[in-house]
Amino acid sequence: MSTVLTPPSPDASAHGVAQSRGLFDREILGQALKDSFRKLDPRWQVRNPVMFVVLVGSIITLIESFAHPSTFTWSITVWLFLTVIFANFAEAMAEGRGKAQADTLRKMRSETEARRLRADGTEELVAAALLQKGDLVVCEANDVIPSDGEIIEGIASVDESAITGESAPVIRESGGDRSAVTGGTKVLSDRIVVRITAERGHTFIDRMISLVEGANRQKTPNEIALTILLAVLTVVFIPVVVTLEPFAGFSGATVSVVVLVALLVCLIPTTIGALLSAIGIAGMDRLVQRNVLAMSGRAVEAAGDVQTLLLDKTGTITLGNRMAANFFPVQGHSEQEVADVAQLASLADETPEGRSVVVLAKENFGIRERELDPSHVFVPFTATTRMSGLDMGTRSIRKGASESVKTWVTNQGGSVPSDLDEIVEKISRAGSTPLTVADGSTILGVIELKDVVKQGIKVKFDEMRKMGIRTVMITGDNPLTAAAIAQEAGVDDFLAEATPEAKMALIKKEQEGGKLVAMTGDGTNDAPALAQADVGVAMNTGTTAAKEAGNMVDLDSNPTKLIDIVEIGKQLLITRGSLTTFSIANDIAKYFAIIPALFAVSYPQLKALNIMHLHSPQSAVLSAVIFNALVIIALIPLALRGVRFRAANSAAILRRNVWIYGVGGVIIPFAFIKLIDLILVQLHAY
Amino acid sequence: MGFFFTLVALVVLLGVTWRYLGSYMEAVFDGRVHWLGFVERPIYRALHTSPEQEQTWKRYAGAMIVFSAVSLVFTYVILRIQGSLPLNPQHLGGVGSGLSFNTASSFVTNTNWQNYGGETTMSYFSQIGSLTVQQFVTPAVGIAVAIVVVRGFSRRNSPTIGNFWVDITRCMLYILLPIAFLFGIIFVAQGAVQTLAGTVSVNDALNGVRQTIPRGPIGFMEAIKQLGTNGGGFLDANSATTFENPTGLTNFLSIYLLLSIPVALTYTFGKMVGSVRHGLALLSVMVILFGVWVGFTSYAEHQNNPAVAAAGIHSTVGNTEGKEVRFGDTSTALFGVASTQTSTGSADASYDSFTPMGGFGLLTGMMIGEVTPGGTGSGLYTLLIYAIIAVFIGGLMIGRTPEYLGKKIQAREVKLAGLGALVMPIAVLIFTGIAVSIAAGKAGPLNHGPHGFSEILYALTSQGNNNGSAFGGLTGNTPFYNVVGAIDMLLGRFGIMIPVLALGGALAEKNVVPESLGTFRTDNGMFVGLTIGVILIIGGLTFFPAISLGPIVEQLSHGRFF
Repeated sequence: MSTVLTPPSPDASAHGVAQSRGLFDREILGQALKDSFRKLDPRWQVRNPVMFVVLVGSIITLIESFAHPSTFTWSITVWLFLTVIFANFAEAMAEGRGKAQADTLRKMRSETEARRLRADGTEELVAAALLQKGDLVVCEANDVIPSDGEIIEGIASVDESAITGESAPVIRESGGDRSAVTGGTKVLSDRIVVRITAERGHTFIDRMISLVEGANRQKTPNEIALTILLAVLTVVFIPVVVTLEPFAGFSGATVSVVVLVALLVCLIPTTIGALLSAIGIAGMDRLVQRNVLAMSGRAVEAAGDVQTLLLDKTGTITLGNRMAANFFPVQGHSEQEVADVAQLASLADETPEGRSVVVLAKENFGIRERELDPSHVFVPFTATTRMSGLDMGTRSIRKGASESVKTWVTNQGGSVPSDLDEIVEKISRAGSTPLTVADGSTILGVIELKDVVKQGIKVKFDEMRKMGIRTVMITGDNPLTAAAIAQEAGVDDFLAEATPEAKMALIKKEQEGGKLVAMTGDGTNDAPALAQADVGVAMNTGTTAAKEAGNMVDLDSNPTKLIDIVEIGKQLLITRGSLTTFSIANDIAKYFAIIPALFAVSYPQLKALNIMHLHSPQSAVLSAVIFNALVIIALIPLALRGVRFRAANSAAILRRNVWIYGVGGVIIPFAFIKLIDLILVQLHAY
Repeated sequence: MGFFFTLVALVVLLGVTWRYLGSYMEAVFDGRVHWLGFVERPIYRALHTSPEQEQTWKRYAGAMIVFSAVSLVFTYVILRIQGSLPLNPQHLGGVGSGLSFNTASSFVTNTNWQNYGGETTMSYFSQIGSLTVQQFVTPAVGIAVAIVVVRGFSRRNSPTIGNFWVDITRCMLYILLPIAFLFGIIFVAQGAVQTLAGTVSVNDALNGVRQTIPRGPIGFMEAIKQLGTNGGGFLDANSATTFENPTGLTNFLSIYLLLSIPVALTYTFGKMVGSVRHGLALLSVMVILFGVWVGFTSYAEHQNNPAVAAAGIHSTVGNTEGKEVRFGDTSTALFGVASTQTSTGSADASYDSFTPMGGFGLLTGMMIGEVTPGGTGSGLYTLLIYAIIAVFIGGLMIGRTPEYLGKKIQAREVKLAGLGALVMPIAVLIFTGIAVSIAAGKAGPLNHGPHGFSEILYALTSQGNNNGSAFGGLTGNTPFYNVVGAIDMLLGRFGIMIPVLALGGALAEKNVVPESLGTFRTDNGMFVGLTIGVILIIGGLTFFPAISLGPIVEQLSHGRFF
């Protein structure tokens, strides 16, 4: 028997990885504070050119403070160090949230013993850690599955709440697309034999842990490009500030080194430089909170660029099952009769289609559910008969595929009504499935089973269209059916009678036109297309092959989430762009605070530039530096949560963000620098 | 009122030029213009090349550097040995090594900074055979580089970006030579001097002295001087003299000529990338900034000189010190702004005598990177650098990998655009820093304090931007300023051109992302605003401290430092 040494706490399993914590969880806060000092190490700082310059600057002012001590120089030095610490804090906060999630996962990861099958069929107990790829293990009720694998024998219900947070058990069986099991999940019933498919240390949970911890986080392409731009904006300000000393010296003016360093720090884009990595980590974190695991940050960014979404019809656009929508009587019979018999035929039918017939009969004709006599025999649907029904003594009722029911009726000596084929064809043309209903040798009519489009999906597609994203529905249905559903759901295009090859060809065609394509998939035959797509989201219920081919896994196995993923990708970029704009726009106010102060002694006439009427040169410089540091702290929640995103076209989004972060970024610092200056005066600091 | 009509005429004329010269240039670079084919084809044969032999950006850059290096040596050598060359009626000796190096660098970089007086230094052979030749070829090089970037946008999945030799040949044959010839005739007809007969001596009985009046092949040089945004005149006093700029009409045509190609290239851009609206957007950036600067500077020059006003003298004709009465205060300001914002640098007045805020207008016009409309070719490619940075920031703000005309702007493009934007401010600031720190540099300016600082800053800004306009007041012909200025000019030209060519190559290699509703629009007012923002912020933030130590302090001190 396998044993669970650290069983998942009920609380943790209820939330899965999606366990969300408050923005400033006390535990994370404490650790982040410690980390902000630890990260002062120059070897760490050098990875971020902007903050490295601030660190070097603060060391210079520190030396100056010892050489020429004064309240002013010490205040500047302290605030410059605080600027670096605040930046570290932002990053540590973002990391801390990931670490907390990783710890939860670690707690859940059980130290399991596995029942390995020997070649001769006998079992041996080994530690899960020693399992190798290809080993066969046996799991029975209450066993924890020791590692990722594929069921090769048996069927079982499995509790996957440790990973998905979903407490309802799921069915896993050998063969087909529901054969993959994940290490750490628990078998609730029956017995299965699993072939291990993951190497030690590379199981799904291991990958999740390293992912949320950001242990091997690599910069994404847009992040690299932005880092270069920030480096450019840092490099250009170094000569600006360094040359000020000789420029001033030429006219006999003097400048203080401390003020020069303060000017440099205020000019380089410290706000975005400090928050950049926090934004990236938090973006991944937001995905994890929605139970999506991205295998790389690159995929998240690509999601924001997606121009074509390939969506499977079933489960994404329509509810998984067809529902009864109408009863059509043939000549000589009434709708009521059809409903009555159809309900009888479906009473014992537990399939969703069968349930929906009963519901429709009740809703439209008030036919109550009837008690079934034990002597009544339910005839289930089989692939050969293609009918189901009820035998009540001598009376037999059937519903099923039109051709099968016709044959069944004819064999009993009945006749086929002349208008039946017409009705059946009409239903098919509308994209629905016809079920013919017969009572003995008499055909009464037809039930229309309709695909039900998910509620609210049309609105989502409208939003996608506004954002310039084309939606394509993928379905195995015939073109007629597909067209009808596509129109109802409001997708832009559809691919009917889709084969894996056709799907692949569609993706390649879109990509050749320069478009980025996203899709979801779960079956093994989806794997090549998932790998080819720029964003491939595999369902957690899917096969191992599909999960390995995609670059994201949705733990909830909800294909509609693809749309959320696109929005998260966009939000990530928008947050970076907006804070960059804000950071640069802030410079204007800082100039007006520092330049007049810099030359206050030599050129008192530059006072005219002191449009904020700051109290004194020292208070002006200090106010700018304090603002520069505090704005980092103030923006941490925004960096972690992301800028508010609303689906709209690019022009509307841009206008909004330019106003808030561009124009706002110019105005806000004027107000706050003045405010800080007033406070400093009130405190009699100057 | 006269100034108003001047502006209207200029706008109308430039509008027509934008449309027709722009589309003509597109045809030229697309190889659809052949009316000088009998000259064009033998040139290709002699160069062992043909329009079909396309180059990668590296080969293109290599050809451009070789061509410029040969031009540099050629110009230098002619200046050094002009004493032994013909067409030297004044028997002028060879030019000194420092001045020759500075002058050769200056003309090869389309700067036309002149640390000399032309009439007393250069023989006719030097003026025609080396300086005017460079005035024809350097605009061609600039335009060719701009066309490469445009091709980067218009081509897809292309490893090559054109052929340097073909591009400059076509530019010279079909664009520069015909227009310069036409306007040369107009200038001469208006009275600009055109002769090889040497100086004349006049007995000035009134003052009892003998005057030597310089003459030369001035008229035709004048046309290409303005058309190619060169600015280096035959005479020391440049367009302020009647020999170079005889009438109000030639003054107007000078302004028109120096703006024409940089403005029209935006139409060429739009046509090549298949969207004239995109060209119009870039033109709007230029027009808005240019308009603001003309308004500001004209207003400043229309005021009294603060020092004069402080002395209690009130004038009603604006600041006339150092200006030609023929042209007046506002028109001179217009000429000055046009000249400093096109990398021309010609002058019809003494810029040193502008009011502090007028001088501020000229100086800052250069500091925003010479993009409004900038030099021939260099204006467009520098503007595209700023546009790419604007697109990058704006694109992020809508949540997509930024793209401009369907080309994704990624790390490589940001790096090259950043490099292109960095070179000029860093070179200008560091060289100015050196100049104000060491004795050789401090000896240059005529004035002390902020105005002296303005003189040095202006000189190195002008050279770093390949403008060539002189503030005056600085003794530039010293070993220090000759060498530092030359390096400043070479960096300001090739330090930008090479990353720009790489940018063209990188863009041409890319596929095009189809446009959708989610695409960042690069042909509307928001894009124009963002680009203007980037230009002002990069230019403004980098030079604001320096400016505040020069013209701003001067203005706030009411001329105390004059």
